[in-house]
Amino acid sequence: MSSIGTGYDLSVTTFSPDGRVFQIEYAGKAVDNSGTVVGIKCKDGIVLGVEKLISSKMMLAGSNRRIHSVHRHSGMAVSGLAADGRQIVARAKSEATNYERIYGEPIPVKELADRVASYVHLCTLYWWLRPFGCGIILGGYDRDGPQLYIVEPSGVSYRYFGAAIGKGRQAAKTEIEKLKLSELTCRQGVIEVAKIIYGVHDEAKDKAFELELSWVCEESNRQHQKVPEDLLEAAKAAAQAALEEMDAD
Amino acid sequence: MEWGAVSSEGKKVSTVLESRSQRTLSPYDGVIMGADMGGSYGSTLRYKSVERIKPIGKQTLLGVSGEISDFQEILHYLDELIIYDHIWDDGNFLGPKELHNYLNRVMYNRRNKSNPLWNSLVYLGMVGMIGTYYEDNHVVTGFGNHLTRPIMRAEWREDLTFEEAVKILEKCLFVLLYRDRSAINKFQIYKITEEGVTISEPYALKTFWGFSAFQNPTKGAEGSW
Repeated sequence: MSSIGTGYDLSVTTFSPDGRVFQIEYAGKAVDNSGTVVGIKCKDGIVLGVEKLISSKMMLAGSNRRIHSVHRHSGMAVSGLAADGRQIVARAKSEATNYERIYGEPIPVKELADRVASYVHLCTLYWWLRPFGCGIILGGYDRDGPQLYIVEPSGVSYRYFGAAIGKGRQAAKTEIEKLKLSELTCRQGVIEVAKIIYGVHDEAKDKAFELELSWVCEESNRQHQKVPEDLLEAAKAAAQAALEEMDAD
Repeated sequence: MEWGAVSSEGKKVSTVLESRSQRTLSPYDGVIMGADMGGSYGSTLRYKSVERIKPIGKQTLLGVSGEISDFQEILHYLDELIIYDHIWDDGNFLGPKELHNYLNRVMYNRRNKSNPLWNSLVYLGMVGMIGTYYEDNHVVTGFGNHLTRPIMRAEWREDLTFEEAVKILEKCLFVLLYRDRSAINKFQIYKITEEGVTISEPYALKTFWGFSAFQNPTKGAEGSW
């Protein structure tokens, strides 16, 4: 996948002879080297989970949130450069508010994904702007039910049943494909996501991490919120147990 | 449906009442508000199921008198504020004091532009359309100012229970029903405590119109109506 695009990779407004824009691909590398983010669509909602790598023991637990609510009914999990992610989240929040002001209803998730993707794409068109170095997993619940989208640094956005970006995405995707998503409730989904993230975390290369989980589902009244404390603890415990089981083999 | 500029009147409602009881000995600690459910269009009683009190966030009830469309506009502003706090998700939220200040500023600034929001807003205090505001243990708008203040001043105590407070409110609503021609006999009582907001079903009070003096109103003056 990696090739050196000597000479054609200095600007985002330059194509290479084989039709690639290397700056955008490099932006994707920033995403690929950061903590794993997983999202799944269960039968009654969406679960988002982030492997938040902690760089220092001095950091307060719960700070540097990687999952943000964009509106009552939707949220985004960000991987890659955190500051770039903040910018995109702010833009998404303002798009959501704007839509509601004009049309009087909460922004449909598809529309939100389109707008965020357009915004990210915008920054790949001008030589004085650099592309965003972050990937977004966007989940929401509107009239058409729960929906999950990924927005990549190139500005494409696709809808998924299950998605993973970041370091451990290959392993995570394999795990997600094993799940029967159409039969899982979000309550069960939360436990599964925790297991996946604990599973793909590389103990050797990275030190500590914090698990951030959020959901939008019937149980949360179709509102995007952090998974409740007790369920979070249960998920972490189950994930730990699963890890130990795997190690014991 | 507004007719003109400054002196326009759309759907108006008359009075909202509120009283607050505080805990010392009784188990009840919160605020109750009561209002009738009518919305008039001039002298036509056009809407009979208007909810004039709305819960804002987790901690506040907001009641209104005056132009309903302006109330809906205010609710839109407040909704945006509430969502903004909600998506920050850091434990902060708007309480009555913050709401008080915000509404006060909004009303005062609109009146300064000669474009008032034609409302009297009631929560833990009151904000009027010209921006005056105050806080008190019992607050009232419209006709209630004249008719029911004396009742509440006489009967409000620090340690009211919920039932006693409701009785006082009902007494006040009663008086207003009899005397305010734009009130209708359909009320809701809203209660807010630490556990949250409770909204009663719309209900009617028993009125009595069988006074002998009403039986033959033209007895003393033939030809009048």
